[in-house]
Amino acid sequence: MSMDESVRKAVLGAVPSLRAFAISLCGNVDRADDLVQETLLRALANIDSFQPGTNMSAWLFTILRNHFRSEYRKRRREVEDSDGHHAESLKSQPDQYGHVEFREFREALAQLPSDQREALILVGASGFSYEEAAGICGCAVGTIKSRVNRARTRLAELLHVNSAEDFGPDETTRAILASGGE
Amino acid sequence: MNERKPVGQQTPMEAAATRNKKLTAKPAKLGRDVQARLGQQLRAMYDEVVNQGVPDRFNDLINRLDSSGKKDPQ
Repeated sequence: MSMDESVRKAVLGAVPSLRAFAISLCGNVDRADDLVQETLLRALANIDSFQPGTNMSAWLFTILRNHFRSEYRKRRREVEDSDGHHAESLKSQPDQYGHVEFREFREALAQLPSDQREALILVGASGFSYEEAAGICGCAVGTIKSRVNRARTRLAELLHVNSAEDFGPDETTRAILASGGE
Repeated sequence: MNERKPVGQQTPMEAAATRNKKLTAKPAKLGRDVQARLGQQLRAMYDEVVNQGVPDRFNDLINRLDSSGKKDPQ
């Protein structure tokens, strides 16, 4: 296959964010990178179904998300403790991310229901609009909004944040708070 | 409880996060402010991965797929 230069650029340009999304979904860098690789292979094999002028990044996210979901369902049958699985894999591999400073936040994130987690990441971190996130997740815009809201509320509970003063004891937060005092 | 630590002991990552996330000095009561801080942590965590760029395996993969269809791979 010989790909258009613009396609090539768009695909490679989406990789860093695809990885970040994949890691947030599955909680493991190695598996996330496999997920990204499988996504790219699927995408390029089906590049004809990509509509030029539409958002390449959103298209790739959709493929990755659907692939993860179907894999996850398979694994769910294999893994008895499916609910705690993501959180446990995080705890056992804190250095998988290269840094431990977001550990507390990650562990809280890992405890969210997966549909809430993905909605929050897509809107709050990947920078997709509610409409785009709804397209990626195959649900209504209102559903995404309510998932994002519930995710934020739950995160605040898990991190015991009632006000900014209570905000996390972890290093990054302290640094951020300290810098605000200057 | 609200004691502020000196900024001197930050790791480079934290320092970068600090530079990127200028905040107001006074923590607000609830709601939007908490949401904003949660959002900042979320993005900082996410961007940590994004800033790693494109690992070689993906560049290699794209190159391989791309050149396999060309008569004269460069």
